[in-house]
Amino acid sequence: MAGDNGVPMPAAQMQIDSVGLSFGGVRALSGISFNVYPGTIQAIIGPNGAGKTSLLNCISGLYKPQQGQIRFEGRNLIGLAPHEIARLGVARSFQNIELFRHMTVVENLMLGRHVHMRGGVISGGLYWGAGKREEIVHREFVEQVIDLLEIQDIRKKTVGSLSYGLQKRVELGRALAMDPRLLLLDEPMAGMNSEEKEDMARFILDISEEQRTTIVLIEHDMGVVMDISDNVAVLEFGQLIAYGTPDEVKAHPDVIAAYLGHQHAAH
Amino acid sequence: MQSGTFHSSYSSDMGLRPYWPMRLRIILVIVIMLVFPWFAGRYWLNLANTIGIAAISAIGLNILVGYTGQISIGQGGFMAVGAYTSGLLAANAGLPMWVSVPIACVVTAVVGALFGMPSVRLKGLYLAIATLAAQEIIIWVLTHGKILGIGESLSLPPETSNLFGLSLAGSTDFNFYWLIMGCLVLTVIFVSNLFRSRAGRAMVAIRDQDIAAQVIGVDLFRYKLLAFATSSFFAGLAGALTAHYRGIISWERFTIETSILVLAMIIIGGLGSVSGAIYGATFMTLLPALLSNVSRAASGVFPSFSSYLPYIQQGAFGLAIVLFLIFEPEGIVKMWRNVKDYFRLWPFSY
Ligand SMILES: Nc1ncnc2c1ncn2[C@@H]1O[C@H](COP(=O)(O)OP(=O)(O)O)[C@@H](O)[C@H]1O
Ligand SMILES: [Mg+2]
Repeated sequence: MAGDNGVPMPAAQMQIDSVGLSFGGVRALSGISFNVYPGTIQAIIGPNGAGKTSLLNCISGLYKPQQGQIRFEGRNLIGLAPHEIARLGVARSFQNIELFRHMTVVENLMLGRHVHMRGGVISGGLYWGAGKREEIVHREFVEQVIDLLEIQDIRKKTVGSLSYGLQKRVELGRALAMDPRLLLLDEPMAGMNSEEKEDMARFILDISEEQRTTIVLIEHDMGVVMDISDNVAVLEFGQLIAYGTPDEVKAHPDVIAAYLGHQHAAH
Repeated sequence: MQSGTFHSSYSSDMGLRPYWPMRLRIILVIVIMLVFPWFAGRYWLNLANTIGIAAISAIGLNILVGYTGQISIGQGGFMAVGAYTSGLLAANAGLPMWVSVPIACVVTAVVGALFGMPSVRLKGLYLAIATLAAQEIIIWVLTHGKILGIGESLSLPPETSNLFGLSLAGSTDFNFYWLIMGCLVLTVIFVSNLFRSRAGRAMVAIRDQDIAAQVIGVDLFRYKLLAFATSSFFAGLAGALTAHYRGIISWERFTIETSILVLAMIIIGGLGSVSGAIYGATFMTLLPALLSNVSRAASGVFPSFSSYLPYIQQGAFGLAIVLFLIFEPEGIVKMWRNVKDYFRLWPFSY
């Protein structure tokens, strides 16, 4: 964990502070607090129904927690609309792929550039001068993401026609096209074969190392989680039962009892 | 046989018509459009103009329904706003149409956005009902519009139908042909451009996956309103052109029947496609014309049928639409794509 070896702990980029969320009688999250540090890979693990996706939904503004605060770079996110949170530099992928199915890969990634562009209806319809130049500049950025993720040969394909593994990769690409400061990934490797998983893990590490993007990663594959993350938060029944480096978490008695014991249920 | 197309720059790769067969087809269409009016009689010119206006309205509605995924049965009402705005400006203020038509388009866009506002929170059937309410409110205002100085119908002074001093009166069908087709071509270019750039993409994103759209930074409220406004802008254009072309307008031209007809055009032609809207407008305008010609010929053979003709005609119209939807639910644009795919590989297709 950052700060172990006497180096002062950097300021947290995101502070999740006593977040509580219920749906009617169902308590999805209660009193969740932990920090996410800049440039790290922060894993969130826990059995199905533990509240991991709900927590990401609170961060991206899709759910509104009844208690607590989520401060991102000093700003409380709770109460902001999802598109406002996106503008602050938070991007994400979804557990069940949520791409724009009828559009091509390039168009999906260009949508990732939405917050960085200005063009409106009139400049788009005229497609002339500054409006056209803007499209081309951002297309160049998108091409860099396409190269990074090695999806050159499918760039003009309609997303709905791609395999599951490729769709997951395109969804990561759309989030990367946003050039985010915080990237939330909800089970990016679920349902993949081992080769696809390896590729995905490599991309996540590349993004983390080369672009210093902070990553919050929900993942079931314990091998991958322990390999690539800096810190791990463990949720169970909506509560944070452990937090620390992968080694600390692995040794935590509650985790061994609660999570590793239920590993079959988690899959 | 067509192989892959390679582009040396993103700007050419992002072009609207990157393949030369498409360019060729467009040139062919333009040549036909330029030659047609010199040979066509009044009957065919009138049909072409009707199709042109319907196509502008259908493309406009497709922005909202086909591209943004927001159902609307209010397009007829918005056409009425355009027709009456331009008509009143011409009749009362004597403004020439090249001033009154653009004003009418902008006014209709604003009215569309206003009616869109409550609709932004609604989806599916509820949205359909809200747009139906917009349609009925607009027609109610027009039929109770003594305040606006509207009687049963409104006549436009012929001298207001001029472009920068150039009069369109006289051989009206021929002159309006050029104006209407010019507007249609500009509409096609504008809307095609819109959907290959940021704002248009955001609208399609809302249609495909509105939650993901928000999370990548698309403001749903803003873009749904923009879709309503842009869609209504073209409804206004179609309505205003109708007013000046016909020289006389009444609200009966813009009832819910018109709204449903325009909706049927884009469903039959192809949702979310500019060319689909044009095919649909052509089909839905030509089919009744064809049916009435056929039935007129048939009434010569079976004179006793003549009193039932209107019903047979309407029934055949409905039947044609139903059959169409059963056999090609993705519209004419899909059929055309199948034909193209067949010929792309020709003569090796089988
Ligand atoms: N929109 C919702 N409405 C009602 N209950 C929900 C909703 N979203 C999540 N929940 C409930 O919250 C709990 C946590 O779910 P979730 O966050 O999806 O878990 P995880 O991602 O860890 O598998 C579950 O009991 C789930 O049923
Ligand atoms: Mg989940």
